[in-house]
Amino acid sequence: MLFEFAVIGGILLGIYYALFAMGLNVVFGAQRIINLAHGDIVVLGGYAAWELYETAHVSPIIAAVVVLPFAIALGFLVHRYLTPRLTRSSDPETLSLILFFGLSQVIEAAASLIFGPNEHSLPTSALPVSSLHLFGESYPGIWWVAVLVSIPMLAVFLWLLYRTPFGLRVRAVMSSASEAATAGIESRLVSGLFFGIGFGLAAAAGTMGIFIFGGIAPTDGVALTITAFAIIVFGSLGNPVGTVIAALIFGVVTQLAQVYAPSWSNLVPYALVILTMLLRPQGLLGRRQRVA
Amino acid sequence: MSLSARRRPAVDEETKRPRWRGVVSPGMAVAIPVLVFLVAVHVYSNELLLVDMAIYIALAQGINIIYGFTGYLPFGYFGFFGVGAYVAGYGIVHLGLSGPLAALLGGLGGVVVGAVMLPLFRLKGAYFALTTLAVGEALYAIVSNPSLTSVTNGPYGLNLAAVYSSGWSFGMAVGLAAISILAVVLIKNSRYGMTLRAIRDDPYSASMAGINVARDRFYAWLIAAAIAGVGGAIYGWAISVFYPQDVFDVTVSVFAIVFALFGGIGTIWGPTLGAAVLYAVYNVVGVSNPQYFQLIYGLVIVLLVLFAPRGLAGIARYLHEHRPFVRSST
Repeated sequence: MLFEFAVIGGILLGIYYALFAMGLNVVFGAQRIINLAHGDIVVLGGYAAWELYETAHVSPIIAAVVVLPFAIALGFLVHRYLTPRLTRSSDPETLSLILFFGLSQVIEAAASLIFGPNEHSLPTSALPVSSLHLFGESYPGIWWVAVLVSIPMLAVFLWLLYRTPFGLRVRAVMSSASEAATAGIESRLVSGLFFGIGFGLAAAAGTMGIFIFGGIAPTDGVALTITAFAIIVFGSLGNPVGTVIAALIFGVVTQLAQVYAPSWSNLVPYALVILTMLLRPQGLLGRRQRVA
Repeated sequence: MSLSARRRPAVDEETKRPRWRGVVSPGMAVAIPVLVFLVAVHVYSNELLLVDMAIYIALAQGINIIYGFTGYLPFGYFGFFGVGAYVAGYGIVHLGLSGPLAALLGGLGGVVVGAVMLPLFRLKGAYFALTTLAVGEALYAIVSNPSLTSVTNGPYGLNLAAVYSSGWSFGMAVGLAAISILAVVLIKNSRYGMTLRAIRDDPYSASMAGINVARDRFYAWLIAAAIAGVGGAIYGWAISVFYPQDVFDVTVSVFAIVFALFGGIGTIWGPTLGAAVLYAVYNVVGVSNPQYFQLIYGLVIVLLVLFAPRGLAGIARYLHEHRPFVRSST
């Protein structure tokens, strides 16, 4: 019984983790940058949901959509004003890592100045369902709500990427920015928008994260970034489908650990990063290439 | 070629400076900070702050060795710090070691963990940085795990008050800072330092020139790990009582990296000055309002990366080269 609970719960959470980690992969696809502020954008999304609910009684489900334009604009501005200097520097990869780490510190500090250093959480009564039963087990309502938010968002994102002219341009820029430019694509604009979408997905995930992670605090950013990084490298960097598969596996493994070895379960994302990097650095769906 | 022609002239042809300055000024880089600390401890009453500052100078120099000379940025540097504190604490509590001996044992702990992490050098750039971060966090999750309370005392930390010794821990901290600066001086002015920079700039070409890339990089890594291990051990010893989250704290890595970057990576004085200045600022602003300090150093990082990636040393060099009213030497 416990096993079924862990597996089904893991799949539900895995769908959420796919949304949670996708933004990091999108930012990587747009600019070849690991966005170390990813977890902090997630935290900001959580604070947005908290603020909207506490002041205006806006349901977190609606908040997930409300935060999108703001986060996309933020990402677009970061891309426009922070990355050009980087690409001209001597060591863009490591410097971008440090730059986005600085950004994450700024966001973390701003969040604790505005909301205080303590954890914020929302009551489950903010959600339309408290719990749902399936095959005789009761699962928290938030897991279902998160799934109901995550699936349409991921579906729209994948549709945008694979079935629209914009997505075609994005994929052209991702494979070669300079060749896309010669074909008349405004590659700066396209990658800027895609970069923004990465921030948008992260913030949307945050509105659910305030429930899933049992509350959010300004300092949660680093751990969330590592978790998202674990998922996207496990599924292969730059591959959205890989992220979805990796997130499902990650969800199930985490839930199994929660059920059978709860004190060890927070080790799962770290172990996943280390094992992936040592055994298969190109990830599950990656073609053999030297990332190392 | 006659013997006299091989004798080195007393003046360096390239810089036109007397050669003795090449020996004395690096020596100053060690001597001046030590003297400042020895004077400060008699003037300034908060000795623990000076211990911390000396440890951070050592950590910033450790980052200098591994990032400045090899280009590998270990976000998980705090892992060595935590392991050092715990190994030393274990030595004190269970083996009855004295503080200084335990500090050396902590350094050994850092070296062992560093050796275990050797396979991570197959990774580059962001992959290396984030995987070391995962290792540091994993070490924290293991050490603080309630299931291991019988081994590590789990989340309840260690109490080393029995061997507390303010003079000794201060002396060890300053000694560690001096040794770390000396290590950077020796590396920078040696064939080994050139080797490391060659590896950083182009590992493939370096290996073609007969450099054992993996081995030489590994030594730099172990030196940096040993510094952090001893640093963590002295830190734990100096504060007497600590919990896992105090020593396995990503802030330790962040501070060390920011201090080194602020002063100037790859220079001798940069990390020392960066740590001294920013840690002093931290104690003025940061202790009562940590968020403001975090905001400041976050902005400092962003501005440094965008406008002055060589840090204070780079700014100083720029000013020196663009002095007004000075005829160019060439």
